[in-house]
Amino acid sequence: MRHTISVLVTNEFGVLSRISGLFSGRGFNIESLSVAETLDPQVSRMTIVTSGDDKVLEQINKQLNKLINVIKVYDFTGEEHIERELALVKVNLTADTRPEILSIVDIFRAKVVDVSPRTYTIEITGDEEKISALTELLRPFGIKEIVRTGRIAMARSPKQK
Amino acid sequence: MTKKIGAEILLECLMKEGVDTVFGFPGGAVLPIYDALYDSPIKHILVRHEQGAVHMADGYARSLGKPGVVIVTSGPGATNTVTGIATAYMDSIPMVVITGQVPTALIGNDAFQEADIVGITRPCTKHNYLVKDLKDLPRIIKESFYIATTGRPGPVLVDIPKDVLTASMAELKYPEKTSIESYQPNYKGHPGQIRKALQLILAAKRPVVYAGGGVVLSNAAGELKAFAEKLGIPTTTTLMGLGAFPGTHELFMGMLGMHGTFCANMAVTNTDCLIAVGARFDDRVTGKIDEFAPYADIVHIDIDPTSISKNVKVDIPIVGDVKDVLKEMVKALPQAKALKEHKKGLSEWHAQVNEWRATHALSYKQEPNGKIKPQFVIEKFYELTKGNAIITTEVGQNQMWAAQFFKYDKARTFLTSGGLGTMGFGFPAAIGAQIAFPDSTVAVIAGDGSLQMNIQELATAVQYKLPVKVIILNNMVLGMVRQWQELFYDKRYSHTCISVAPDFVKLADAYGAVGLRAKKPSEVEAVLKEALAVKDRPVLMDFRVDQFECVYPMVPAGQPLNKMLLV
Repeated sequence: MRHTISVLVTNEFGVLSRISGLFSGRGFNIESLSVAETLDPQVSRMTIVTSGDDKVLEQINKQLNKLINVIKVYDFTGEEHIERELALVKVNLTADTRPEILSIVDIFRAKVVDVSPRTYTIEITGDEEKISALTELLRPFGIKEIVRTGRIAMARSPKQK
Repeated sequence: MTKKIGAEILLECLMKEGVDTVFGFPGGAVLPIYDALYDSPIKHILVRHEQGAVHMADGYARSLGKPGVVIVTSGPGATNTVTGIATAYMDSIPMVVITGQVPTALIGNDAFQEADIVGITRPCTKHNYLVKDLKDLPRIIKESFYIATTGRPGPVLVDIPKDVLTASMAELKYPEKTSIESYQPNYKGHPGQIRKALQLILAAKRPVVYAGGGVVLSNAAGELKAFAEKLGIPTTTTLMGLGAFPGTHELFMGMLGMHGTFCANMAVTNTDCLIAVGARFDDRVTGKIDEFAPYADIVHIDIDPTSISKNVKVDIPIVGDVKDVLKEMVKALPQAKALKEHKKGLSEWHAQVNEWRATHALSYKQEPNGKIKPQFVIEKFYELTKGNAIITTEVGQNQMWAAQFFKYDKARTFLTSGGLGTMGFGFPAAIGAQIAFPDSTVAVIAGDGSLQMNIQELATAVQYKLPVKVIILNNMVLGMVRQWQELFYDKRYSHTCISVAPDFVKLADAYGAVGLRAKKPSEVEAVLKEALAVKDRPVLMDFRVDQFECVYPMVPAGQPLNKMLLV
């Protein structure tokens, strides 16, 4: 099963390699990884998408916690949370296809962020399915390039007090 | 105000940590440290190969219970420490390794004697550091010792560029204490879990204690003995746990696992309550994992949460320091009278264990005029020393026989590379232990193969007049691999014959050590006695033993523990 894990780490050089080394050394998967500083500049957050059975996930959680630089590990699985990723898609364009592409962009509430005579670069934010749906629709026009960030996630706040 | 350079500050920090002995080898990047050592009260042991330094620091740490400290230079000096560090990491040995590094401005330039040792050792250290600024050095040294010695111990590496060693700063302010937000080992076992565990243990009809190296590391041998005695629980230990429970105790069943005793393996297979204490269910212990302790509820006490339910599903995990948890458990035991009743209830189980102990006890046959049996040498040495010695081992048959035929009554008297299985460990580890205990008898039980992997340290032992006893069980083969070839590879002895070897007696002589040889069983005792009388230099004893002797019992890899090959 897939899990999105948030890992708070001290913001030092070498920490990323400790985490990725832990995953490769113990044969755990990383499907995506994104890293950035948090509000506290001495702390970074890594959002890791991984998969495995309960036993593997238990080990991932414990092994991450064992690293000296890891402050907190949080598995979003089973929690109400929001997941997002962002993609930039460069798609071929002709005079004929232009309106159709723009209408797809509109439907998905995506944005054209760069235009050349023969291409549009489209920015889209959303969960994985939304991005995949958009790229599938754009594929027939000819996708020149696609760049996706890893997934990020945040727990939803409780709706009642 | 007088200023001090980084190298001097480093040595001051080490002294503040109570370090009086370091093991090392100089080189370009650490010249400033060696210059400072010239005037320092710290005793430096000059080795002949950096791997030797790490194993010595390891043997020193294992025998003494204090962290071992190593100083080596950058590049090859640093990479030569890797096997030693990995050895210490697998066995959770506290150690601080200080490596020199090229000056910060040259890092990443493929400079002379540059290696990314922090990158290389990331997976085999508990933690490591690159010191980029002298002002961070005192904090990093403080943290290094703190991390190395607390929680589940382990090696920490500190890489110091040469310009940091030569930079200067005013007075040293060494932190009194350190705390690391993201590193908070848990020592106290959960009271609820302890209570549940005790209920289970008291209800068990066939309980077994399975103790590992964690008991030694946590100095909990006394607590373990009290616990097992009060409850009358038959006890086995892992290879790493030998000495954590008295080897001559009536409740002791010997080691379990691949070369464990019949008694221990049968007891573990039939127990209804297995109490794992500071052990980690290694594959050499469990055999076929699905059939390990099939009838047992398992209680697991360990300081490292990752050890719990990693290999075997545990019913009652207790995360905490073994010593602390055992103390709490003993405190919570019922009154003496009730315990007596309880022990009576176990009499059937005790009778069964005793029967197993008697049926297939460890054995070998020494023909008076036959070849020397390696087990005979070890038993003789036990007899002559009355067990009063620190024994280290190399890896392979010598290691297993040392585990089986010498009885260890005290913790920290049996030092072996259990996890990594490092050939070449035993001899330098014995040197380290002899430095920690100058007046004790320290011996390495070695094979002719393993010994040659760090034989150069003979010069170190001679230089420091260390009377280490080197017992070579010389069978002229790589014995354990040969044994596997005999049993599982159709006797195709591919590359296990090492009969082209030095004359160990002459070699000892060449180094300025004492060399002795025994070719017949009748000569064994005299050689051992002569060696024990030597007090000022190492002794190499070349025992020409039976090449075809195998280690039994043996659980073939992948088989359950009760499927042992017996003698």
